[in-house]
Amino acid sequence: MGNALVIPAIVAVTLLTVGIGFYGLRLARTTSDFLVASRVVSPTWNAAAIGGEYLSAASFLGIAGLILKYGVDVLWYPVGFAAGYLALLLFVAAPLRRSGAFTLPDFCELRLGSRRLRILATAFVIFIGWLYLVPQLQGAGLTLSTVTGSAYPVGAVLVAVVVTANVALGGMRAITFVQAFQYWLKLTALAVPAVFLALQWQADARPAVTPPDGPIFRTATAVVVEHPATLTFPDGEVREVRAGETLSFAPGDPVPEVSGVATDASDWLLPSTAGDDDRGLFATYSLILATFLGTMGLPHVLVRFYTNPNGAAARRTTLVVLALVGVFYLLPTIYGVLGRIYTPQLLVTGQTDAVVVLLPEAALGSGTTGRLLAALVAAGAFAAFLSTSSGLLTSVAGVISTDVLGRGSVRGFRLATVIAGAVPAVLALNVSGLDVSQVVGLAFAVAASSFCPLLVLGIWWRGLTDLGAAAGVLVGGGAAVAAVLVTVVGPPLTGWPAVLFAQPAAWTVPLAFTVTVLVSIASRRRVPADIGATMLRLHAPDALRL
Amino acid sequence: MAADDHRPVPGAAERPGAPGPARPEHGGRPPVPQPRARIVLAEVSRREDRADRTRTELAQQTRVGEALVRGLVRAQLALALRLSLVVMIALGGLPWLFAIAPSVSEVTVLGVKLPWLLLGVVSFPFLIGVGWSYVRLAERNEQDFTDLVQRPER
Repeated sequence: MGNALVIPAIVAVTLLTVGIGFYGLRLARTTSDFLVASRVVSPTWNAAAIGGEYLSAASFLGIAGLILKYGVDVLWYPVGFAAGYLALLLFVAAPLRRSGAFTLPDFCELRLGSRRLRILATAFVIFIGWLYLVPQLQGAGLTLSTVTGSAYPVGAVLVAVVVTANVALGGMRAITFVQAFQYWLKLTALAVPAVFLALQWQADARPAVTPPDGPIFRTATAVVVEHPATLTFPDGEVREVRAGETLSFAPGDPVPEVSGVATDASDWLLPSTAGDDDRGLFATYSLILATFLGTMGLPHVLVRFYTNPNGAAARRTTLVVLALVGVFYLLPTIYGVLGRIYTPQLLVTGQTDAVVVLLPEAALGSGTTGRLLAALVAAGAFAAFLSTSSGLLTSVAGVISTDVLGRGSVRGFRLATVIAGAVPAVLALNVSGLDVSQVVGLAFAVAASSFCPLLVLGIWWRGLTDLGAAAGVLVGGGAAVAAVLVTVVGPPLTGWPAVLFAQPAAWTVPLAFTVTVLVSIASRRRVPADIGATMLRLHAPDALRL
Repeated sequence: MAADDHRPVPGAAERPGAPGPARPEHGGRPPVPQPRARIVLAEVSRREDRADRTRTELAQQTRVGEALVRGLVRAQLALALRLSLVVMIALGGLPWLFAIAPSVSEVTVLGVKLPWLLLGVVSFPFLIGVGWSYVRLAERNEQDFTDLVQRPER
């Protein structure tokens, strides 16, 4: 791509992240400073930090890529990612903070007093954390190879090393400042180029997003084929292309249809309709359920709530996060839509995840403005990988250090961080070809089917027992994990089985709730004796200080 | 991390702070002698007003205290469920609406097709609005509960 500004921008973001980390290290002195920021973080900082941690590669790159490829149906991803915070606010935020639980395993032990349930929850936290970390590292590798032409492992290893070192040395206090900074960087990195892109679109006499004859190439474009595919040209010509072939298109040429991509204008522009295909509707509702209910079960999201001083502050922080995240999610749509006009070759290559990174130069030319904005976007993308991986790593390492290694010391935490960072790095190097957004969606589905019933029923229902919770997590979460494994490493499926495994939430979440409730009722005698005191502690207003 | 002191102790809902360096206890120094005061039993019984009694009832898990907490939990849960019903109907109804009435998704507002406008733009302020009203109403529920518990007997 030859943009000389991209590498300095990425280096600057990385150095700033590490720099703020070390600045925080000087402030972090005691173990509690290290782990929970001694709860002196203000709500605004905390909210920006939660937002910064939450907006991952899937949000920054993946959503725009999906919109470019599939159109209006995938707008449910950003809506669901934001709505997840509403569900968190309504059902979890304040009581969870009042419970004093730092991690999900803590909550299990506190609410149900069961060591075995704690171990089960620990296993799920680690699984979800790693499932979510792998695509972040992969996104880093793909982005770096797209913008600089480096080999794929470079970006993945770079992010893994920087994040592991930073978390191991700085702990969470440093991370709070880093994360808050990353949120504003990510917002700027998408918002500023979006303004320029919109102006450019105006200046180009507002070319139609969906021309009647399908998308066309605006400039002469050469596409190198990486995987064999079937291309259908608008004049009806069908052509098989092999890897290594170079396709050249002149300005004004129509974009050929690649098997599986919505090039057709009405497919892209309009929601899927009922009738011959109910699977689309099922997949949409499944996605809605997974994202709405999965956010509360993500390990790196819950840890943050402990840094609020009390339940009311946790509630207000969540509302601010919802607003910050909502503002951010207005932007990827613009990239996805303008990508149809300026980077149609991505529809042919299938590398739609690169649209955010490539669009500024494609639309604005490779003059100074275009290159500066491209560098800004690349920096933002790196901020996304660094911040989400840091948050995930902090929580996975926290769980490993307390529940697996059994030490609460700073040294134990550092050892746990190295372990927690090494595993996904190795996986990311060896498992290539996973789709970033799809894997993130699966992580949400697992979280929604395991921890959501545990949290919601644990907070609001006195009748929950340890057996019921364990059965729900095992059956619901286990079914979701099985679906993930089938989707990722299993044989390719078609028809209903494909939808049921690729978007499992619509059946695994109800299953988890049903099993939890039924087993709890059957084991009614195991309801903890101190349930009244626990409910009082979870729900009594902070002002009473009971 | 002090995970083991999360045991729910009645009357100790909030730990005073994260475990830090041990706070200097005034051990060793003799306690400052309080000036002697005359305690009249009638005064004590008058001070033991209803607020204190209710708080004790809450902390000691008496029938009354438990009923009060149950009421609060029910009110908060009803509020959360009501608002999620609003979201379920308003947002969850959209895929269904688009599916059974495709003509709705053809409507164009300000040059943008309605589904794009609703999902890409309008849904976010809507979610924030619901969240904002939840925070207000939940805090009002808690204020009502606090007033109930702390109201002096008349």
